[in-house]
Amino acid sequence: MSFKGYDPGDFYDELFSATGVPWPEAALLIERIESVPIESLILRQQAAQSTLFKLGVTFNVYGDEEGAEKVFPFDVVPRMVSGKTWDWLEKGLQQRIVALNCFLDDIYNEQKIIADGVIPRATVESASGYLPPCLGLKPPQGVWCHITGTDLVRDRKGDWFVLEDNLRCPSGVSYVLENRRVMKSSFPSLFEALDIKAVDDYPSQLLRTLLALAPENISNPMVVLLTPGAFNSAYFEHSFLAQQMGITLVEGCDLVIDDGYVKMRTTRGLCQVDVIYRRIDDDFIDPTEFRPDSMLGVPGLMEVYRQGRVAIANAPGTGIADDKLIYAYVPQMIRYYLNEEQIIPNVPTYFCEDEKQQAYILANLGSLVVKATDASGGYGMLIGTQSTKAQQDHFAEKIKANPRGYIAQPTLCLSRVPTLIEKTFQGRHVDLRPFILYGKSSSYGGTAPYVNPGGLTRVALREGSLVVNSSQGGGSKDTWVMNS
Amino acid sequence: MLSRVADSIYWLNRYIERAENVARFVEVNLNLLMDNPIGVTQQWDPLIAVTGDRALFSQLYGEATARNVLNFLTFDSHSPNSILSCVRSARENARSVRETISSEMWEQINAFYLMVEAAAKDKPDDIREAHEFYAEVKMASHRFNGVMNATASWNESWHFGQLGRLLERADKTSRILDVKYFLLLPSAKAVGSPLDNLQWIALLKSASAYEMYRKVEQTISPTNVARFLIFDPHFPRSIKFCLCRAEESLRKIAGTDEIQTLPSERALGRLRSELEYVTFEEIFQQGLHEFLDKLQGDLNQVGDRIYTDFIAVPPTVLPSSDIASRQFSGQFSTQSFTQSSGQSAGQFSTLSKAE
Repeated sequence: MSFKGYDPGDFYDELFSATGVPWPEAALLIERIESVPIESLILRQQAAQSTLFKLGVTFNVYGDEEGAEKVFPFDVVPRMVSGKTWDWLEKGLQQRIVALNCFLDDIYNEQKIIADGVIPRATVESASGYLPPCLGLKPPQGVWCHITGTDLVRDRKGDWFVLEDNLRCPSGVSYVLENRRVMKSSFPSLFEALDIKAVDDYPSQLLRTLLALAPENISNPMVVLLTPGAFNSAYFEHSFLAQQMGITLVEGCDLVIDDGYVKMRTTRGLCQVDVIYRRIDDDFIDPTEFRPDSMLGVPGLMEVYRQGRVAIANAPGTGIADDKLIYAYVPQMIRYYLNEEQIIPNVPTYFCEDEKQQAYILANLGSLVVKATDASGGYGMLIGTQSTKAQQDHFAEKIKANPRGYIAQPTLCLSRVPTLIEKTFQGRHVDLRPFILYGKSSSYGGTAPYVNPGGLTRVALREGSLVVNSSQGGGSKDTWVMNS
Repeated sequence: MLSRVADSIYWLNRYIERAENVARFVEVNLNLLMDNPIGVTQQWDPLIAVTGDRALFSQLYGEATARNVLNFLTFDSHSPNSILSCVRSARENARSVRETISSEMWEQINAFYLMVEAAAKDKPDDIREAHEFYAEVKMASHRFNGVMNATASWNESWHFGQLGRLLERADKTSRILDVKYFLLLPSAKAVGSPLDNLQWIALLKSASAYEMYRKVEQTISPTNVARFLIFDPHFPRSIKFCLCRAEESLRKIAGTDEIQTLPSERALGRLRSELEYVTFEEIFQQGLHEFLDKLQGDLNQVGDRIYTDFIAVPPTVLPSSDIASRQFSGQFSTQSFTQSSGQSAGQFSTLSKAE
């Protein structure tokens, strides 16, 4: 099917440098796609979609009663990243994670960064994910954020930015693995012709990271994945990862504290658990220390954790880094802890707390993006260019009432990738969430975090839309990182 | 393995087997009606009697017409034992443990679910027209069993699945046999008549037993049919076969050998040996219906014991915190052994007695 007539428009296009001119790394892909008749391409797209449906690769939409499971729409045109770009991104992500980890360890212990005046105490203590019960914690090997998903975007010029950090419990890696599986079966010849970095290593790397966390005296550690249950939006991923790693998937009700240890209820009685990969938010993991209304966690878990008798990934307390005001300080953290300049820049961020900046924000609501500092998933935000006057007024009130709760950023015109929409290729905006694993075990051959090549490319399927979240009409694409 | 997972695997298999057997119930009746001479009343009431959901049926439908009964047993989401509800429950259970079952098993259940949902959306006005659907349901259940046997390790989890399937099948075979008890013949003289014979044949067919029966018996007689479905040691749907295999699985799960220690093992062992030694004359003296009725009650007790032995949290380790214990019982009550089997047990047995 021909790309004739496909217009990259006034955007950065991930596959075309200009109309009819693909980027060098995409040339062969474009040629191959053009040799496939449109009907066949549509059939493959449908087959891929129905494979995902049959596999039950679904997510749940909250507040949607009838047929709560949805398939995350999948588009057959992959997004490509050149090997050179990837090497640079990988370094930037490793740098960021190491710095964030230093920050977490510092903020819950010595708080040097506050004492040295780099970040105001109030900013830290007012962050939604800041958990005082975690003060003084010493996680194994000093690692707090074992698993991170960092959201990257490119602007109109093609420059990369970090849009968001997800250290609490990032999801989406199962789609990376399943999308690749589906693409391999749909376009086997392309994988032979192109030198694409494999992604399948992720579960093994994750398991290795988790096993390394077990208390030293345990020879054969019991690792479990703690899920909120089948009604959680990311449940598919929880069970998928547990299965791929061969570990037990547990719910809070399966665990109990007995004799100072975490144990799970089995058909043969209680069995000790050594490492918990938690996929519930940190303020839900122990109702006796955090939210008392949590039915998902395990009462008493934090105390066992403090005693070093169980490891938890990610460590409780990491959620503070997801706060969008804390995000704005990452360049300072990198400078402070690593004495380096940030490799992948942040999106410029305006603080509503600052009087002058607030005035600027309020005067420019029509062109800025306003985000609640404690929200995620595309909720709680205002995209100025696509908003009504009433919506802007509403946000202006919210900002004035709670300046700490909001930040603003310029509207980035996200890069686009050709996407199969009703028998034609049309440009749609994308972001990228790579997944990073951080552990200090020697099995890494060093202490650099492992970055899975590529990541989840989310695509806003609605024309002109900049919101890529699955809950808001987003889909996904396979991401091909080339071996250069 | 986790108790919660064992519970789900057990129920997942029970529900699939139950869906298959409801399809069998419906098929036997559809077959019977087609063979009935003109003028013999169409009887749909016995199906409701034998599945034991009489109270719910009366409340939802009232009259036992073909349309009502078929809809109730097949596509009614308000009936917990309809094919649609069973397959939904099976899938929900599978979904909550899908990392422990093979991908092939999950895909099979998911395909089964999608097929039934599509059929429910698209059902014909007269469900009798949809008779291939029942064949498909049976096939889907067989496929699931085949896939499970060929792709999952025959470990503790598999044995829990076997246990669920076999106990459900034993119960349902006894109910298929019981259909005849509720089917009215036009007159007392009709006993042993061609119509009577046709009914027994249809019954055998609905248990997929006709051909295998023919290999060991030459004549169709009530005694022979009942004997075959209860006692045949080789036929995989006979009650005895199911109980013997269930006992093997239970022993593997419990890990005990010569000395049986667990209450569930004792209950199942007792029930199996009763079948081993009872004579057919004794059964007929007692009344076949009464015998089957007691058997169903005993099977439910076995289910309850399995629940206490392996699934319910041992009382000694109950967490001190109120929150945790509330949470725990809350999770299980949605689909626990006690609830589901208790529900069916209560309904099935009391209603059969009331008949």
